[in-house]
Amino acid sequence: MGKILTRLGDGSFIELTEGELMRDLEEGTEDAADRGKIPPLATEELKHLFDIFSCPFRFVSVEPGKEIILSGEGNNVKVKRVGVDEDRLQGTKIFERILGADMADIGFPDYSVKSLKNILHFERTLVEEALMVTQFPISYGFMPNLGLYTQPDGPCPNPADLMPLGKIKEAQAAYEETVEKGVEDIVHVSSAMWESGVDAITFDTTGGAGDADFLAALEATEILKKKYPDIKIIMGMAGEFILGLHGELEWHGTRLAGLYPHQQVKLAEEAGVTIFGPVCNVNSNKSAPWDIARAITFMKACCEEARIPVHVDMGMGVGGVTLHDHPPIDIVSRASKAMVEICRLDGL
Amino acid sequence: MYVSHAIASGMGGIRTAGDLVARMQLSKAMKIQEAKEYVANKLQVSIRDLTDPVRMTEVREDLQIGVITPQPGYARGIEAKIRMTEILDIDINCVSRFNDKISI
Repeated sequence: MGKILTRLGDGSFIELTEGELMRDLEEGTEDAADRGKIPPLATEELKHLFDIFSCPFRFVSVEPGKEIILSGEGNNVKVKRVGVDEDRLQGTKIFERILGADMADIGFPDYSVKSLKNILHFERTLVEEALMVTQFPISYGFMPNLGLYTQPDGPCPNPADLMPLGKIKEAQAAYEETVEKGVEDIVHVSSAMWESGVDAITFDTTGGAGDADFLAALEATEILKKKYPDIKIIMGMAGEFILGLHGELEWHGTRLAGLYPHQQVKLAEEAGVTIFGPVCNVNSNKSAPWDIARAITFMKACCEEARIPVHVDMGMGVGGVTLHDHPPIDIVSRASKAMVEICRLDGL
Repeated sequence: MYVSHAIASGMGGIRTAGDLVARMQLSKAMKIQEAKEYVANKLQVSIRDLTDPVRMTEVREDLQIGVITPQPGYARGIEAKIRMTEILDIDINCVSRFNDKISI
């Protein structure tokens, strides 16, 4: 066999020999295993990945019968983002009737929970209309995004200003204050949307502002499940491990900083999350085979731990998909097939 | 990217039975295989049929649970979802609220 055409994590083309391809797959899985203290992929699984990457076709897919649920976040906003002038209700219909979405999410373009309070009335009206004219499940999505609660954007002192001054305790107290305010807003918006009839609430990019952000999502989930026992919550993550920006935050006795997907999912389950969306970041300097082998190693461990459905995040720069605004179909389809077939996941 | 995923590994949404399987994941937190078996059993089709748009269009038209290209008079939107709650034996949040509103 000649050289195998593939890509770097940034999307640019590279060529690998068979030996280089297998070496990248082995190194990718070993990197994840070492960081997450989880098992690497087995030899047979690496051979399956080798076959997927050495396949000469431009596009590959799963075998019939192995299809999974395709969900998403901010779907309607993504139609607008490419410059197509449409109402968000039309965008939702486009995903249902044209793009083959199994379920979708309605969200405001800013997508942060803090920004929703002032426009919640309008958002509820949109969602209630969408629910009357569509068939597939619709969630309402937003990010906890606790960063917006710190000065100058919000009321809390900014930990990033306090840390360089050596004011560690003050910075930690500021993070804790953002958790209180974030939980209040998440519960407020989620309650309103559930009472408008949505099928689920999506917390997207959870943990984006570190361990405080993850804590806010867990606490809000717990409160909402007590308030509405039937509420469905989808929790999508921001990165492969929880950044310890506070460093000492715990939930039910577990320290949140540094948790990997197979550990995050256990807390999500305990809080009452319905579907979990784990993330593995892409290293743009490594090859796509390296990134995908690494991502699958993390996600396989997560799927094996999970009792709830797992929808792996596979957008731009996560889940082995190249870090580029326009991900190439050769890599997206390979990442999709490989992730589904090896991890036995429930959706993406 | 979304289209690539949809073609590579997605179930097909309302073209097939993807939306119904998704509903079982949400309603009962079912894993994918259990959700497919549940829906196939309720619709009295095979698991392979669940991702076949030709077979599923017939089934969806017969059951009036919504299709991509509805003919005049077909159930759609909330009408189709009311049918889903009966056929799949599940609660759908907006259907429960709709029923509450029309109950006098």
